[in-house]
Amino acid sequence: MTFNELSWEALAFGAFTILTLGGALGVVFNRNLVRGAVWLVVSLFGVAGFFVLLSAPFLAAVQVLVYIGAIGILFTFAVMLTRSMTNLSERFNKQAWLSALAAVTLFLLILLAVIAPIFGEIAAPSSEVVATTEDLGVALVSGDKFVLPFEVASLLLTAAMIGAIVIAREED
Amino acid sequence: MIPPLWMFLTVAAALFSIGAFGVLARKNAVAVLMSVELMLNAVNINLVAFWRFGETAPSVIGQSFAAFVLVIAAAEAAVGLAIIIAIYRTRQSVVVDDVDMLKW
Amino acid sequence: MALQQFAPIAALIILAVVLTFIISNISTIFGPSNNTSRKTAPYESGMQPIGVGMRRMPVKFYLIGVLFILFDIEVIFFLPWAVVFRDLGFYGLAVMGLFFFILTIGLIYEWKKGALEWE
Repeated sequence: MTFNELSWEALAFGAFTILTLGGALGVVFNRNLVRGAVWLVVSLFGVAGFFVLLSAPFLAAVQVLVYIGAIGILFTFAVMLTRSMTNLSERFNKQAWLSALAAVTLFLLILLAVIAPIFGEIAAPSSEVVATTEDLGVALVSGDKFVLPFEVASLLLTAAMIGAIVIAREED
Repeated sequence: MIPPLWMFLTVAAALFSIGAFGVLARKNAVAVLMSVELMLNAVNINLVAFWRFGETAPSVIGQSFAAFVLVIAAAEAAVGLAIIIAIYRTRQSVVVDDVDMLKW
Repeated sequence: MALQQFAPIAALIILAVVLTFIISNISTIFGPSNNTSRKTAPYESGMQPIGVGMRRMPVKFYLIGVLFILFDIEVIFFLPWAVVFRDLGFYGLAVMGLFFFILTIGLIYEWKKGALEWE
């Protein structure tokens, strides 16, 4: 691929890859957890970019709203509340090298054993027609698609809300 | 023309591996939860990539699966961080090695 | 979905990042800098600061954060539902009503427990 053939999509893919993986490395290797939370936001933003590339703009918007807007804030609050950013002495436990070996092995295994032989040939999407947000809305409430997970999700959210608040509250 | 499928899968695999390394190696419990979020995001990239490349007729299965993963990730973060805050209040520590009362 | 449609958003994001970087760093880049340990102290002519700079915050912030996140999540379900609301008719309204009812139970519980109080 020469530079003239380099499309905007390829450029965007490279930029999002750098954002995602760089942010992830920042999360894992940073000593300061507040900075780690900011790196997490950078990484999640790169993932939102991938959703845009993959024709899922609704998921990209939700990623920015929910992950960056809410979960990023929640992590920052948790760092604040546990005062864990002042404990900067040791990042990793004793099994850090073993874990690094396991992670690299896992990556190579996925790459060489699953991605390259099975999905290496697929170059383009099989159709240019993609579902829209309207289709998602219809599928979420239709009886033969996702109405049951939809209702169970509300139950899960209620349980998580009650659980989180009961666990975290200080008894007076 | 978007890049081929294996590039998306490779990025997702790398993200998952980095997250797995963080879960295994970090001492701070908040950092461990952040790494879990990275792994969940890698799974979401995979789901949406397979949905985009695999479907022949318009369907929303991959997208709605990713949306449910998002919901569960948010619930997991809320409860997990609440547990970490409760542990910090009683033990004054967020180092996962210090919370080993269940270990014999 | 063509990527060109997202050009305004990309331009906005790049503008925001560049502008934030310039605004927050322009004074340190161009201004004179003569830092001594006394000048960077929180109180230049006051008492010596004791202890760590970061104090533990009340857990109420986290409780408000949890309530915010769980109602923020609903946008995932409400937004696709809202764009096809008119086509779904009464059935869609009933399904979403059940969804909302279950969440409201949780909210009422928190309200009764006093998690929304700020004393």
